[in-house]
Amino acid sequence: MKEYFLDFWDAVSSTATGMAITLRHLFMKNETQQYLSDEKPETRWNSVIVPEGLLQDRSRMRLYVKMEDCIGCLQCEKVCPVDCITISTEKRQKTELPIFAANGQGIKQRVVQFDIDMSLCCYCNLCVYPCPTDCIVMTPEYEFAERDKTNFLYRFAKDKATPPEPPEEKKEAEPVAAG
Amino acid sequence: MSTPRQYKDLEPDEAYAFKLEDLEEDEMILNMGPQHPSTHGVLRIELKTDGEIVKDAQPHIGYLHRNFEKHAENIDYQGIIPFTDRLDYVGSMGNSLSFAFAGEKLMGIEVNERVQSIRVLTAELQRIASHLLALGTYGLDIGAFTPFLHAFREREKVLDLFEWLCGARLLYNFNWIGGVSHDLPDQWTDRVKVFLDQFEPVIDELHNLLSYNKIFTKRTASIGIIPPELAIGYALTGPNLRGSGIKWDTRKEDPYCGYEKYAFDVPVGQGRFGPIGSCWDRYYVRVEEMRQSVRILRQAIEKLPPEGDVHETVPKRVKPKPGEVYARTEAPRGELGFYIVSDGGLIPMRVKARSPCFVAMSIFREIAKGEMIADMVAIIGSLDIVVGEIDR
Amino acid sequence: MGLQRPALEAKISNLLSIPVVAGAAGALVVFALLPQIAELIREQLSANLSPTMAKLAATAIGVGAVVFLITQLPIFLIWWERKIAAHIQDRLGPMRVGWHGVLQSFADGMKLLFKEDIIADGADRFLFKLAPFLVVMGVFSAFAVLPWADGLVISDLNIGVLYVIAITSFGAIGILMAGWASNNKYALYGGMRSAAQMVSYEIPTAIIILSVVVQVGSLNLQDIIAAQQGGFGDFQNWFIFRAWGLNVIGFVSFFICGLAETNRNPFDIPEAESELVAGYHTEYSGMRFALFFLAEYGAMFFVAGVAVVLFLGGWSGPVFSGPLVFFLKILAIVFVQMWIRWTLPRLRVDQMMALCWKYLIPIAFVVLMGAAVLQVSGG
Repeated sequence: MKEYFLDFWDAVSSTATGMAITLRHLFMKNETQQYLSDEKPETRWNSVIVPEGLLQDRSRMRLYVKMEDCIGCLQCEKVCPVDCITISTEKRQKTELPIFAANGQGIKQRVVQFDIDMSLCCYCNLCVYPCPTDCIVMTPEYEFAERDKTNFLYRFAKDKATPPEPPEEKKEAEPVAAG
Repeated sequence: MSTPRQYKDLEPDEAYAFKLEDLEEDEMILNMGPQHPSTHGVLRIELKTDGEIVKDAQPHIGYLHRNFEKHAENIDYQGIIPFTDRLDYVGSMGNSLSFAFAGEKLMGIEVNERVQSIRVLTAELQRIASHLLALGTYGLDIGAFTPFLHAFREREKVLDLFEWLCGARLLYNFNWIGGVSHDLPDQWTDRVKVFLDQFEPVIDELHNLLSYNKIFTKRTASIGIIPPELAIGYALTGPNLRGSGIKWDTRKEDPYCGYEKYAFDVPVGQGRFGPIGSCWDRYYVRVEEMRQSVRILRQAIEKLPPEGDVHETVPKRVKPKPGEVYARTEAPRGELGFYIVSDGGLIPMRVKARSPCFVAMSIFREIAKGEMIADMVAIIGSLDIVVGEIDR
Repeated sequence: MGLQRPALEAKISNLLSIPVVAGAAGALVVFALLPQIAELIREQLSANLSPTMAKLAATAIGVGAVVFLITQLPIFLIWWERKIAAHIQDRLGPMRVGWHGVLQSFADGMKLLFKEDIIADGADRFLFKLAPFLVVMGVFSAFAVLPWADGLVISDLNIGVLYVIAITSFGAIGILMAGWASNNKYALYGGMRSAAQMVSYEIPTAIIILSVVVQVGSLNLQDIIAAQQGGFGDFQNWFIFRAWGLNVIGFVSFFICGLAETNRNPFDIPEAESELVAGYHTEYSGMRFALFFLAEYGAMFFVAGVAVVLFLGGWSGPVFSGPLVFFLKILAIVFVQMWIRWTLPRLRVDQMMALCWKYLIPIAFVVLMGAAVLQVSGG
């Protein structure tokens, strides 16, 4: 019998406590910010806890490749766990003008294909570390939704491959290794 | 050689555990999931019901299978870590910590104190974030909407801290074999302190809003009871085990990352509103664990060595000697262990993950029998499963 | 940087929200002047038509006005509820469509109107289509006896209270029908739960209403309001302040029963989204789904209205009297309903039954007996 009335008391008091909390929150300042504010289009998401401007210091979002610096070493392609980077290179001729990356490293390879499929990318940042010239970077840019999945294939290479030389009959003799 | 049969090749009744012809007159098969609002992902549960009473319940798993273990046999050690993040995708820091720990054991690397402290900081913050999600969605399962968003509000702050630290909000790739990817930014620990100061009152508010609510205790304190013997029998770990009143925490029993340096308690279920080991006890253990995490974080910030290179012991290439290793850590959902066999190559020969959620799910049938349909949701929520970790 | 919301779109939606806000303000003015407007219409009708026709036309106009009110009210109530929910949860809620999202409900309603009307394969098509109309009908017809002001009621029934009790349980048929006709196990569970719930909660509701009827001595809702007029500040005689707190218990119990009858949290068991997906309206989409929504908010409003009539003096309010006061009082009760919804977890079905049979019915009996004893002893 005592329990029966205690139940009443428990129910009433706990409900009242909960309602007091929700009422307090009803008049508290809201935590959310609008994603794209019409009034201030330049404002980005501001964290409550992180000081302003620091939140995206290390953000790993969209990949970008500074092609001028790429020496075609294929390190990023090898390390990518999901194989979203495809690079093909060809040797630069000795006769061509020597060019250098920003850190002074000579560019011996011409990168004719540097494709990153951002729809496959897992944003693990592993490709960034081994790069000898720091040419592949993850940017804090996160608004890159697309309607067509094929648009996620970013082609960074600027150089065109030298057109293949006319086929020679000798080629048939070379056996192609299996696998 | 016959090709292995796929799920779609099964006969219609092979996909069901219960046969129509075995049903009694009043019984009905109810298929809960894989598309259901509260099966926490894509879990499918088959219920044999008699009205509102569940006579039997059979979980079907495998809808989120991503082939982690086989995949891990084909990539180098460093490349596996992003995949471990995706096992328990709301507690990524814990997963990669566990794998990195196993890798270090295999390589014989001793990380320096600063790395250990950073790992403790991130792991405990992740525990808070993960428990907040678990508690919030648990409230949602029971029907209370508001605690869910209050919990997410706090979780968002932890994710902000993580983004500031390593650039990602959910899947961090932060713990490497031999170190961590980024050193702490300036002011980071100060802001963590600010977060902790404002977070502690939130725990009390959550208690008042949800934990001690009469409806909530009525709903959860008498269902899904796991007696201590059963919990040990099914090898439960983490809050699910501690909810049954057993004081076992890998951080205490088998310390790693210097957890022995920190003073903290292991909260256990006390059966305050009903028998020990009920859903409410497991819920309560999680809330109290957040309090302990706050304690650990405060100590870790104080003891953080000011100097130290976080990349000091990161090997150029991870190429362990042949051998095998098992390492376990206390992830938010329980004991997460990685068993790695190396043949001396650049890629592991075998990787096995011992995931706490899979083990917790195996007990479901045992404790679900005889409860009501509404309780199914409560029991799943209290076990705090993440389907990504069950299926792997 | 990034995707920008077109400025023109923002401007248009802000402009469009002006007439909506103005309309809401206008509605309040109309409410305030409702007795005068009704008198004017009545005069015009009796001057131009025969007495029978005049009465018929007046009723038709009244019905039209009430139907207009109940169909338009949810637009406001849904927006209001979303805002309350959002602010309780430290969010902003709808902000984009119009000024502070006032056009959000219009946009949603428009979307529901244009949505494909799906009838599940294997559903009982006739019952499936009929069910939402039955639910809506049950709610709409209940409004016939709700008195808005002195003499301003569609049908001044002598047995108004009985009519209220009878017609509110009508919706259970529709919900049960929807659950059955959907050919979906979750919907069936929802329908069954709803039937059990409504049947149980009818009893304490009726008993508590009876306790008020005992104190008044009439089943007419206008008489009940008339019995609460006068006193200090025009609210001393409200039933909630009489009978030494007995009616406070009665009011709270009635409020709880009202929550249960309208399937509101913590009693939203028939549509418990974490258990039964969406309960009885799992298979409904488009306009039929909107009708269930309409019925839910209409029922909320009606139950709050009955509570105001029985315990809070109806239209005879503090200081002022009239439809506007009545309306605002109802909104206050609706606010508490929403507030509770966003605070409490959901009960389990057996606990809900236990609450009804073990707690509410005994309380209701105590209230009834106390009221009867007071009445007999001349209190």
